[in-house]
Amino acid sequence: MVIKRKEFIQIGSLATASLMLPKFLKAFERRDLPIVPPGNKVVVILQLSGGNDGLNTVIPVRNDIYYRSRPKLGIQKDKALALTDEAALHPALTAFKGLYDDGSLGIINNVGYPNPDRSHFRSMDIWHTASDATEYWTNGWVGRYLDAQCKGCDKPTHAIEIDDVLSLALKGEELKGIAVKDPRRLYGTANEKFFRDVLKNHKDESGEQPVDYLYKTMSETLSSADYIFKQSRLHPTSAEYPKTDLGSSMKTIASLIFSDINTKVYYVSLGSFDTHINQQIQQQNLFTQMNDAIGAFVKDLKSNNRFNDVMLFTFSEFGRRVSQNASGGTDHGTANNMFLVSGSLKQKGIINPLPDLSDLDEGDLKYKVDFKNVYATVLKKWLNADDVAILKKKYDHLNFC
Amino acid sequence: MSSNQVKNQHLLWRAGFGPAVEQLPDLEKYSPKQFFKALVKASDKKPEYINVADDYLKGLYMGIGELGRQQRKEMDKDERKKIQQKNREGVRNLNMFWMHEMVNTAAQLREKMAFFWHGHFACRNLNVFYQQGLLDVLRRNALGNFGTMLKEVSRSAAMLNFLNNQQNRKDHPNENFARELMELFTMGRGNYTEHDIKEAARAFTGWGSNLKGEFQFRRFQHDFGSKTVLGRTGNFDGEEVLDILLEEKQTARYISGKIYKFLVNEQPESEKVEWLADRFYKNNYDITKLLEDIFTSEWFYDEKNVGSKIKSPVELLVGIQRMLPMKLENEEALMILQRVLGQLLFYPPNVSGWPGGKAWIDSSSLMMRMRIPKLIDDTDEMNVRPKDDDDQMMGRMDPDEEPKAKAARISGRAGRPIKANVDWKKYTKNFESVPREKLAETISKILLQTKQGVSPDLIKQYSDETGRENFIKTATLQIMSTPEYQLC
Repeated sequence: MVIKRKEFIQIGSLATASLMLPKFLKAFERRDLPIVPPGNKVVVILQLSGGNDGLNTVIPVRNDIYYRSRPKLGIQKDKALALTDEAALHPALTAFKGLYDDGSLGIINNVGYPNPDRSHFRSMDIWHTASDATEYWTNGWVGRYLDAQCKGCDKPTHAIEIDDVLSLALKGEELKGIAVKDPRRLYGTANEKFFRDVLKNHKDESGEQPVDYLYKTMSETLSSADYIFKQSRLHPTSAEYPKTDLGSSMKTIASLIFSDINTKVYYVSLGSFDTHINQQIQQQNLFTQMNDAIGAFVKDLKSNNRFNDVMLFTFSEFGRRVSQNASGGTDHGTANNMFLVSGSLKQKGIINPLPDLSDLDEGDLKYKVDFKNVYATVLKKWLNADDVAILKKKYDHLNFC
Repeated sequence: MSSNQVKNQHLLWRAGFGPAVEQLPDLEKYSPKQFFKALVKASDKKPEYINVADDYLKGLYMGIGELGRQQRKEMDKDERKKIQQKNREGVRNLNMFWMHEMVNTAAQLREKMAFFWHGHFACRNLNVFYQQGLLDVLRRNALGNFGTMLKEVSRSAAMLNFLNNQQNRKDHPNENFARELMELFTMGRGNYTEHDIKEAARAFTGWGSNLKGEFQFRRFQHDFGSKTVLGRTGNFDGEEVLDILLEEKQTARYISGKIYKFLVNEQPESEKVEWLADRFYKNNYDITKLLEDIFTSEWFYDEKNVGSKIKSPVELLVGIQRMLPMKLENEEALMILQRVLGQLLFYPPNVSGWPGGKAWIDSSSLMMRMRIPKLIDDTDEMNVRPKDDDDQMMGRMDPDEEPKAKAARISGRAGRPIKANVDWKKYTKNFESVPREKLAETISKILLQTKQGVSPDLIKQYSDETGRENFIKTATLQIMSTPEYQLC
């Protein structure tokens, strides 16, 4: 094994830090390096909103049905980034190709659920809540992870969404994650001092009244805001990230991962992948953003020795129909693929067979893996949480982690 | 809790969207009974049909009916695109128009109940004609007979399309409509079997609509055979299944319980719900009588019910505008706020409607709610961005975001003001006779429904003391920026 100079210095100094220095000195001695020792596992969820076209993401380059169904939209073999004889990646996903070669990309094909719904909102709901298609749940699976893991936590920072608005996925029965677009302005308000004084003035009574619930949320928000802000400044990454929304979100996530914040789940979205028209340009643009941001993120994690502790996965509320439509796009479909990105994948590359295009359900892919199996696996095997309680049902675990 | 004012404010927040500034002088003068009577009377008239669809769409849809299927298929791409865009604009105009109505109408009870039914018969649909048709059904029947409303909703193009009943055919039944009908619209989960759903679905085969939104019975798709639903057997059609559901007392119980939670308290008391359900059933589902039972009862005004509900985003936004009459230069702000706070009219999350209660509150939505008063005052700016709604946007850019605002957001500069012109005179004149040192407390009592208000000293500390008017204005905005103001 060849150790590059930079890595050697890091490994060397980390070892020094953890072995030689008394604990209290570590904190300020090693300003440029993470305090958190490797081993603090986190999940990063990247939501591809709008229904990403999975067939043009992982392309079945030897499949005639694919090219027949998509005379205009099909991506030719020589343009795509070959993974195997059968499969290739969208041309914009160069960094993902690098991850594949590296053994840190996993692809699960045909992920979906029974009785798929083709409304964005409803299908996204199903992914967020992890309910069956026939049920309407009002809380999300990450939120229920919070319910299970941090009863009595003083700050709801175990799950952070990089956004202005909190997704249903992060809202539990009791606890909710926190949405923060930019740690410098969590609630960006001119009235902050007033809020703090109002909070100080409130006399908590029973805790039963809705007013106490509001004050509790307010108090958690303000203390979390301070906490996240401080943490984000503790070890701000100095790595280069693309100047896109997703780029800065990934940069924020990296800085928090390098701090000693208690966050276990990060959530971020990219969209819209709803490519009914002019799919080529739209998907190319979004994939370029995704590719560059995730590429930078992984590079950053690696150079800080944290890539083994991060499990990033992508999902979309549905895939798209196999056939192209008449407007240079594709319409809402069903099953889709998911990317897994981590330095410690136990299964790498293409984990299960590509879609069988000769066995469709009225022009749509049949799902083979329920997304709840993926959730259950991440919850149990990565986060060491009670997946059955959180998902309210037992789902078999997969073997990627 | 004896004063008329507190009781009337409670009534106006629950039976409407909060007291309007014009009503302030009357709050102490009349009893809640008198107030309720006036509310019922003001809602007596048949509401006007809200028609916001533009002429292009109207011409087109009326024409489309005559076109053959083949011709429709061949309609060119640009035309389809234009239709989608016009529909989206239409639904947006419908939203603005209805919200304006909620703010300004004296028929508060009707609009409040129409708003309740809008969440009960929750429906997402991109066709503006379908949407305005369904809204009209809900507004016309909001205070009428539940059975009539249920039947009209079941025949509405909006619901039939939303719940896939267009695909419900004799040889290939689709159970979606029948399922939600029982689970969400009438009896509630656990009071029927899967078999009941299957059989009921057969009764609704052939129910559909044409493009204009008119009900169509397609007899060749209808299953005329015998069905057994909830123990009754016969060659039922959809209408008869609806009658069976109305015969089931569980329907009265389910609806009464849901209305109790919406109007009285999130924590229902089973005894009271049972009493209401009994009477609702005996009164043949007369909604006004049910409301009278609620709003004229002693227990409605119990201390534990006052200030116990978290306002929904629409209730909050409408309530502020009723108290502070204003013109918004940037009306789109109302759309953005609805989206950021999680309640965009005509876009419920799914057929079960908005979950309500604590579900409205998370760290971002709470902080955003408390920032609204400063937005009105233009001392704060909109710098948050709602999530994309792909059902609404169909892959296009956010229609609610102006190009300028988008540029500002991307470049990281501040957001934009919402430019509200508040008619402060109308508001401040109500406090003419209040001594200066009593102002903060008096305003607090009008704006807040919670037992404990916010400390007047604190309000004073954060208010502009340079003049009476300025003080009233700033104190009001500060009080509206508190957790307490989120409750009613």
